[in-house]
Amino acid sequence: MPKGVLVDTTKCIGCRACQVACKQWNGLPAEETVNRGTYENPPHLSGKTFTKVRFTEIEDNGRLQWVFTKIQCMHCVDPACVAACLVGALQKRDDGPVIYDKGRCIGCRYCMMACPFGIPTFEWWDRWPWIRKCTLCVNRWPGTDQEPACVAACPTGALKFGDREALIEEARERIAAHPGKYVNHIYGEKEVGGTSWLYLSAVPFTELGFPNLGEEAVTVNPARAMSAVPPALVAVAALMSGIYWLNKRRQRMSTARAGDHQAKEEVTK
Amino acid sequence: MTGHEVAEERRGFPFGTLILSAVAILGLATVLYRYINGLGAMTDLSDGRAWGLWISFDLYCGVALAAGGFTLAGAVYIFGREKYHTVIRSAILTAFLGYTLVILALLVDLGQPWYIWHAIIYWNVHSPLFEVAMCVMTYTIVLALEFSPVVFERLGWHVPLKAIRSIQIPLVIAGIVLSTLHQSSLGSMLLMMPETLDPLWYTPVLPLLFLTSAVAVGPAMVIFETTLSSRAFGHKLSTDVLAGLGRAIPYILGVYLVLKIGDLVFAKELSLAFSDNPRTILWWIEVVVGVVLPMVLLSRPSVRQSRPKLFGAALLVIGGLILNRFDVSWLALGGRLGYDYFPHWMEFAVSAALVAWAMIWVIVANRLLRMHEAAPEEEAEHHPAPTTKPAAGRPTAS
Repeated sequence: MPKGVLVDTTKCIGCRACQVACKQWNGLPAEETVNRGTYENPPHLSGKTFTKVRFTEIEDNGRLQWVFTKIQCMHCVDPACVAACLVGALQKRDDGPVIYDKGRCIGCRYCMMACPFGIPTFEWWDRWPWIRKCTLCVNRWPGTDQEPACVAACPTGALKFGDREALIEEARERIAAHPGKYVNHIYGEKEVGGTSWLYLSAVPFTELGFPNLGEEAVTVNPARAMSAVPPALVAVAALMSGIYWLNKRRQRMSTARAGDHQAKEEVTK
Repeated sequence: MTGHEVAEERRGFPFGTLILSAVAILGLATVLYRYINGLGAMTDLSDGRAWGLWISFDLYCGVALAAGGFTLAGAVYIFGREKYHTVIRSAILTAFLGYTLVILALLVDLGQPWYIWHAIIYWNVHSPLFEVAMCVMTYTIVLALEFSPVVFERLGWHVPLKAIRSIQIPLVIAGIVLSTLHQSSLGSMLLMMPETLDPLWYTPVLPLLFLTSAVAVGPAMVIFETTLSSRAFGHKLSTDVLAGLGRAIPYILGVYLVLKIGDLVFAKELSLAFSDNPRTILWWIEVVVGVVLPMVLLSRPSVRQSRPKLFGAALLVIGGLILNRFDVSWLALGGRLGYDYFPHWMEFAVSAALVAWAMIWVIVANRLLRMHEAAPEEEAEHHPAPTTKPAAGRPTAS
């Protein structure tokens, strides 16, 4: 049963306990940053920060409103990074998480380019750099009654860990119960083929910096192109051999007519 | 051989080789700095822009500009266009050097270059990059084998020479197959980015566009490099050969143009080319200056018969292709919000050094080897260009 997390942004108070818990559980160092005129910090996900709370200021009936959205790896159902990774260092587990094996990685960063959510990060400062990203705490919950560290730390219940299908059901129920409170959109249910992280919001997701993505998995077109490779290989090889044979034959015919001199030339080639 | 002797006095370019050597050595120092301090210290790359100049120029342009190798080999050995035999050696050498540079560039760009061999043992056959890696590896070996007769000939090793000659046709066919897959797979790689690549460029037929544009730039590159090297090394070259190559280009560019525009029409996205997005300008430069203009120019005999005009038209084709590869892998590819990218000077230094190294090897090859292959009947006589020997080793030293 694939797991997932439901984020109800209307319940988030921006305390960032999830951010701290993530750093603690994963042993990530602090980042030195500068004041950018916002409580949102650090500015980006990085090799030292797998999750952060984004603070979005929006205007609601002339009043300033803060919306807090936790961002991290979405653990896609059909992940672009997994399809992209040439050495299979990224894998999708049946129970949900997209995991990374640095024993295979060569540091090409195709996963970073392919991810439609812009999530995987790189240890740029390191002489021996690896890809870093949220693991969905796969070293915490499978086989135990634990939850991911961020979910366990959340004081308001904005984060809920569970089976993805059940969470989608629950999200639908919450929208149905409070139709005025939420926009009728579960972000992550359908985006790029679905993600393990699911979001509910009071305002349209595009206003919160969420990318506006189609429902088709981004892996569909590359998979189509890759499936054309073996037939293309055979076709080109056959075509070239055929053209070569025809040309040779034509030359033989014409040299047979022209006489010995040119026939000798053929042999030296 | 008299042509060689006259050129011997004229050639040399001590100033040029001095600059080349300086650029090549600065690049080595930069690469050393990179291995000690990491990528972050000498690039402007970031999580928001994980691929930069090296991928756009060294990988994307480098592979496409090496297309002269398989297009010419195909024309000569498969399609039987014997008159191009005279330029085949330099075309294969350029392709081989191009691919070697791609590998060297990857050894700088990869975060874990010491694990590059993982690509051989850990396979993800669904990854377009896996296809790229396999093709780079095998095609570089094929190119080395295709070029090896030139070296064996110089060394007078008749046994390996005969062995390679006996598998020449299978090698050429393998080269064409691998190039077809490889050129197109660089387009397949970008298919993974439908949400970040500008829709004016993103299309499921990207692999085909990559292949056709590479086939078109192959002859253009051969015109470019043989024009330059015939000036630098004094090879005599009949205008007929280059004009013939120039004549083929409009047809291939025509196929490319029909695919590129036809795809937009078919997808009902032609309006994207007229949107107010500033990137649209790049697309128009690509199409008008890099495709339509050279098509018009090269269909005129007066352009094809004039060396400088032919050279200029070839430059347009090459420039258009370079712009296209920069667009799809960088300029028209959205980065993450809040990041900027402009290559650090050390990134430029590495790319420039790789080109300088390639040029040095071209000079060395032209002095040591018989690059200008004679017509097949002359070839049987087999003389290893005596005038080249005293010049050995000079280009890098001066």
